[in-house]
Amino acid sequence: MADAYILDAVRTPRGKGKKDGSLHEVTSLHLATTVLKAIRDRNNLDTEMVEDVILGCVEPVGEQGADIARIAVLNADYAETTAGVQVNRFCASGLEATNMAAAQVMSGQSPMSIGGGVEAMSRVPMGTSGGAWPMDPQIAFKSYFAPQGISADLIATKYGFSRDDVDGYAVESQKRAKHAWDNGYFKNSVVPVKDINGLTILDHDEHMRPDATMQSLAALQPSFAMFGEMAFDGVVQLRYPEVERVNHVHHAGNSSGIVDGASAVLVGSKEAADAAGIRPRARIRSFTSIGSEPSIMLTGPSAAAERALKRAGMKASDIDLYELNEAFAAVVLRFMQALDVPHEKMNVNGGAIAMGHPLGATGGMIIGTVLDELERRDLNTALITLCVGAGMGTATIIERV
Amino acid sequence: MSNNINYNVDADGIATITWDMAGRSMNVLNESSIKDFAEATERAIADEKVKGVIITSAKDAFLAGADLDMLVKTAFGPKDAKYLTENSGTLQKIFRRYETGGKPFVAAINGTALGGGLEITLACHYRIAADNPKTKLGLPEVKVGLLPGAGGTQRLPRIIGIAKALPLLLQGKELDPKKALAEGIVNEVVPADQLLARAKEYLMGTPVSAQPWDDKKFKIPGGAVYSPGGAQTFMGGIAMSHKESFGNYPAIKAILSCVYEGLQVPFEAALRIETRYFVSLLLDPTAGNMIRTLFISMQELNKGARRPKDQPETDVKKLGILGAGMMGAGIAYVSAAAGIECVLLDQTIEAAEKGKAYSTNLLDKAISRGRSTPEKKEKHLALIKTTADHADLAGCDLVIEAVFENRDVKAEATKKTEAVIPETAIYASNTSTLPITGLAEASKRPESFIGIHFFSPVDKMMLVEIIMGKQTDQRALAVAMDYVKKIRKTPIVVNDSRGFYTSRCFGTYVNEGIEMLAEGIAPAIIDNVGRATGMPRGPLEMNDDVALDLGHKVRTQTRKDLGDAYEATKADDIVETLVVKLGRYGRKNGKGFYEYPSDGKKYLWEGLADLAPVKIAEGSPALIKEIRERLLVRQAVEAARCFEEQVTTDVRDADVGSILAWGFAPWTGGPLSYIDRIGVAEFVKMADGFAGKYGKRYTPPQLLRDMAAKGETFYQTAKLAAAAE
Repeated sequence: MADAYILDAVRTPRGKGKKDGSLHEVTSLHLATTVLKAIRDRNNLDTEMVEDVILGCVEPVGEQGADIARIAVLNADYAETTAGVQVNRFCASGLEATNMAAAQVMSGQSPMSIGGGVEAMSRVPMGTSGGAWPMDPQIAFKSYFAPQGISADLIATKYGFSRDDVDGYAVESQKRAKHAWDNGYFKNSVVPVKDINGLTILDHDEHMRPDATMQSLAALQPSFAMFGEMAFDGVVQLRYPEVERVNHVHHAGNSSGIVDGASAVLVGSKEAADAAGIRPRARIRSFTSIGSEPSIMLTGPSAAAERALKRAGMKASDIDLYELNEAFAAVVLRFMQALDVPHEKMNVNGGAIAMGHPLGATGGMIIGTVLDELERRDLNTALITLCVGAGMGTATIIERV
Repeated sequence: MSNNINYNVDADGIATITWDMAGRSMNVLNESSIKDFAEATERAIADEKVKGVIITSAKDAFLAGADLDMLVKTAFGPKDAKYLTENSGTLQKIFRRYETGGKPFVAAINGTALGGGLEITLACHYRIAADNPKTKLGLPEVKVGLLPGAGGTQRLPRIIGIAKALPLLLQGKELDPKKALAEGIVNEVVPADQLLARAKEYLMGTPVSAQPWDDKKFKIPGGAVYSPGGAQTFMGGIAMSHKESFGNYPAIKAILSCVYEGLQVPFEAALRIETRYFVSLLLDPTAGNMIRTLFISMQELNKGARRPKDQPETDVKKLGILGAGMMGAGIAYVSAAAGIECVLLDQTIEAAEKGKAYSTNLLDKAISRGRSTPEKKEKHLALIKTTADHADLAGCDLVIEAVFENRDVKAEATKKTEAVIPETAIYASNTSTLPITGLAEASKRPESFIGIHFFSPVDKMMLVEIIMGKQTDQRALAVAMDYVKKIRKTPIVVNDSRGFYTSRCFGTYVNEGIEMLAEGIAPAIIDNVGRATGMPRGPLEMNDDVALDLGHKVRTQTRKDLGDAYEATKADDIVETLVVKLGRYGRKNGKGFYEYPSDGKKYLWEGLADLAPVKIAEGSPALIKEIRERLLVRQAVEAARCFEEQVTTDVRDADVGSILAWGFAPWTGGPLSYIDRIGVAEFVKMADGFAGKYGKRYTPPQLLRDMAAKGETFYQTAKLAAAAE
């Protein structure tokens, strides 16, 4: 089996996912096109070598519908022979797309493929594509469906994280993100989104709240308390009867932000990289997606990480840096507890609580973030993972070469 | 035209199909009436002279639904999906035929239309209801574990929208005509005497003769399944139903699925979907068990099925009540409500007056809610005479003793009372724990001594447990039964035993919770799973509610009485520590398994972890399943023991009593139905398995082993016995 290498990774900045967000006036197609063009241009890439572009997208309807990957390939003026496919593994779509690109390369079926994702959450809001899980009684009953916020609060309750714990984590995320931006740690990966005339619309993550403190967060009301009391606490307690009462600790300030953005990760074989004259940045050691209990939903990352580590013949302590998507603070706290990972190795430059989580794009973004940081610190290994809706987890281990 | 339906066509070509079943006070859907109704509608469609059709009823009610006996027969008939599917669509076809026959059909709803009755009207093109606030309109099928299978799950949401239809379908709520009009279920409400004239007037105008859902451009009012509104309705509706039903009632999920799936496809396909789910409910044992226990058996008990037939009818006109505490006060309230003159006696007139004040309070509340009037209150209170003098009991037909649970106190009450009441009077004790035979030893005439066990609060609890002492005679039983009937409660008849039937079985539930705690299962798991099993409360919180010190007293007494035969367990030690060492008596002193803060919700007491260290902290699906089965099996084993010991002698008493007295999971139809449902042999295996793991208290009685060997079930045996009588 061939090795798959990450040759490069780029992302757009993340715009606030609201009507007043800077990227709200930018189409999803333009976002995807921006990263595809950037990764081509800065590598002088002959796109004939890229056999497939795999983009994650969680709400693939409307302007994001009907295979946005192929449409973006055409719009970015790639070779006509480059195919495109859109995939959906909910929040891990961007990482899944990269893993699939790697799989194509490893199996020898493609010299070069691009993974990544796009999500304009301000334009195609969460839930637009519908879905059977919350709506079809057959599966909703069977799997004790609850919204993710309830699941996150359930994790906090079950594993003993208080409101102070989750708020403390959030404050630190903001601090780290600010520090990273201030010191230019993201400079290598972030490509500005420009208008048709070449003028910059956005060149930085605009969701951040670096001035957040424990006091300011304490003023926020828990977002899911009402939903929970209405019905969903009772539903999840049917599956988790050990929980006497769900402690609702999550709110807008310690959960991932709603934002717009896109990412692209160029994956290729050694031979293809040599032929293109690109120096590989990291090797993909292993990757996996797992299924976990769907009602608590967001505990998948530790199981995914464990399997990826096993597959790579590694231990948790062998990993230099961890990047776990900050969907909710409790998700990260639980992961660190389960795998005994110190906070110093986890999300060292902040995460989605500070900078936002453009669902389908995030997985591709955080690969670039951690790879830049490995290079900056001159470290070797990183594990990237995300919790996934309906009880899944996706993880990838990379190693610098 | 037939025994069931009248068919008339007037000079203007208006056909009237009138439901009027001979020999019945109410119209019901059964095989013969359905056939006649089909013929009448076909005739109207075929008759060229007929321009429009009115469907109405000659009874007070329009039609109150399907014949429950027929439903039970079907539910316990062959579990053959193909057969049931082929035989379940009859009404659907008839309705479909007249709603697409091209002629306008109007429902003239003269009175209550429930279930299939309302479905007849939903298939009509126009619905007019007579203005009568007593009329009830609704689809209550869910209450018997079924769904409205004649298009009800499809037409109602297509008429009033999904969000409005789901609560009506899921809760079986019944509306009066004005509310039904506001919801959009009926098109008009008119004075009763104008109903038929208005129906005809509508048909003579420009009536609609096709359903909106048969129009290609039809849109569901309020939005489709996959619309922002629909998403909210289903997401919230599913979660709320799941939380409230704990997933114990297949009908709830089936109704939701009928609407979810059916509202996404054309009407004919939607009806097929509805039939599939209806059949799935007939294949599942839940509906049959619920209908049998909660409707058929309960009605039979209410009608006096267990009353000795050779005893002349009796009528309690004057009732003596000894003790004006919580129970005595409640008994006075319900008895006076039935027009019975009550003598409420306590040690002091003040204490007796306090008992009477209970009635005053309840009546004031009823007046404030518009359910009673000051006149009724005066009449009611005038029937309750308070006294501290036994002489006032003279002339009572029945005396119910509700004094302190102490043999000596009770014996004295018996002696004092028997000295003044007529020789023919019946003396009853409302004891919940002391055997009747023992109490009767204080009586001069133990044959007239009986147990009449009420449940608290008396005005709300529908069950009365009548206990026969060893010497109690049939006349005493007849008087007790006639009295219970008069106060409109449901009687069960049991023989004397420690805790009789209900307290004895209920005790096993609350006890088992403490046993589980002693085993190291986290207390939240025990109570959450207890509730999810369908019991009204978790076993630990139930312990708190009935009071731990009371439980401790009963345990100590039982231990003393049984001597070596008593199976001591760790639960005894836990209760002993809680009550004796820690003074935790339960809800009544704000300290039990739970803490009861004055300003918030109760929560589990942290100290429990020291009393019973948690060894099992995670509620895995396997553990949840086992706890659920243990809680039900433990109670069912006790109910079977009671049957073996002839404490109960009738399956209806055992099953109806269990649900009404201590809230045994209603979806099972009661503990004996539960054993039948699992299969006696399989149940014996389960119980033996638990006995091996957790103790002899689970050991099934020989009766069950014998039944298993013979392949018998409780109900099949009961049916054979009834047939032999």
